[in-house]
Amino acid sequence: MGEVIKVGMADLKICISPDSITTLGLGSCVGIALRDPITKIGGLAHIMLPDSTAIRNQTNIYKFADTGIDELVRLMVEKGASKQRMVAKIAGGAQMFAFQNKSDLVRVGERNVEATKSKLKEMGIKILAEDTGNSYGRTVIFYPETGDYYIRAVGKSETVI
Amino acid sequence: MDEMNLEQVTESYFDVLKELGNIGAGNATTALAQLLNCKVDMKVPQVKLLNFNEVGAAMGGEEQIMAGIYLLVEGDITGSIMFLLEVKSARHLVSKLMGTEIEGEDFTDMEISALKEIGNIITGSYLNSLSTLTNLTIYPSVPDLSIDMAGAILSVPAIEFGTLGDQILLIQTQFTDDYDLDGYFILLPDLESYGKILKALGLIS
Repeated sequence: MGEVIKVGMADLKICISPDSITTLGLGSCVGIALRDPITKIGGLAHIMLPDSTAIRNQTNIYKFADTGIDELVRLMVEKGASKQRMVAKIAGGAQMFAFQNKSDLVRVGERNVEATKSKLKEMGIKILAEDTGNSYGRTVIFYPETGDYYIRAVGKSETVI
Repeated sequence: MDEMNLEQVTESYFDVLKELGNIGAGNATTALAQLLNCKVDMKVPQVKLLNFNEVGAAMGGEEQIMAGIYLLVEGDITGSIMFLLEVKSARHLVSKLMGTEIEGEDFTDMEISALKEIGNIITGSYLNSLSTLTNLTIYPSVPDLSIDMAGAILSVPAIEFGTLGDQILLIQTQFTDDYDLDGYFILLPDLESYGKILKALGLIS
């Protein structure tokens, strides 16, 4: 077995089989796993906010769905992956509290998922599977070898998408 | 005020929150002692400005199961406040309050309600000291509770901080009755409320 590479909040990493890649405790954030099935190059982004253009402070491009996905694809292509072959799986985007701030941050989990989907669509990357929404946190592990995306949540059995 | 540099605000605000952390946690300790009807000690709170990827580790890992109590704040300032504690500590407080001796990590509806009330009293006494110090009116909302992985609960305040910068401000307080309890406060005023707090404290004109 290869190494397990860890991705933090507002962070992204790439990895090549047999290594795998993980991020712990996704809440309203979204974990976007990309994979080129031929080269087995994979990547995982842990984004926090939907749109970099809506925020004045946007120095951290890993933080946003739009700029984070751009950067993840760029790094994977640089490593030898083909953008045309890339496929995606996504998880997270929960609403952790019944009310969240009434301001523009309302439903931020849902908006993160929507922004992720529209960015992937714009780039022509197909979403093969998703486990999003609800009100619980998720830990994810992605294996570029098979494309399996394992999801763990508190008090639930592990699922694979 | 609108043109004020956010980094400057954050810096002076950090010092203010350190002091508020002391006073607020002191009040919260008194409230907790009255609620539990026993002696509760408190250590000097630590105020930390952490990067997003360090926050989980500060609480014993992103997958550490925590109880997070979250309230919205309205009035002269708007924003939110969160109080987190380890699920074991939450269990200890609930058992003590209700006089039950239950083990494990599952909570009944009654216990969840008790836990929300504990969070309400602790955050309430914290906000009280902020209100007294600044002479600003602050109304907390009804509390909401989530028992989940630290990383998932923290994503909520992290996202709010994320609209301003890349760090999160955490106030860590250790309470002791016959058991050490680590509690964490995260106070999140909206951007315009930063200025109001600093102004009320005479730190800016």
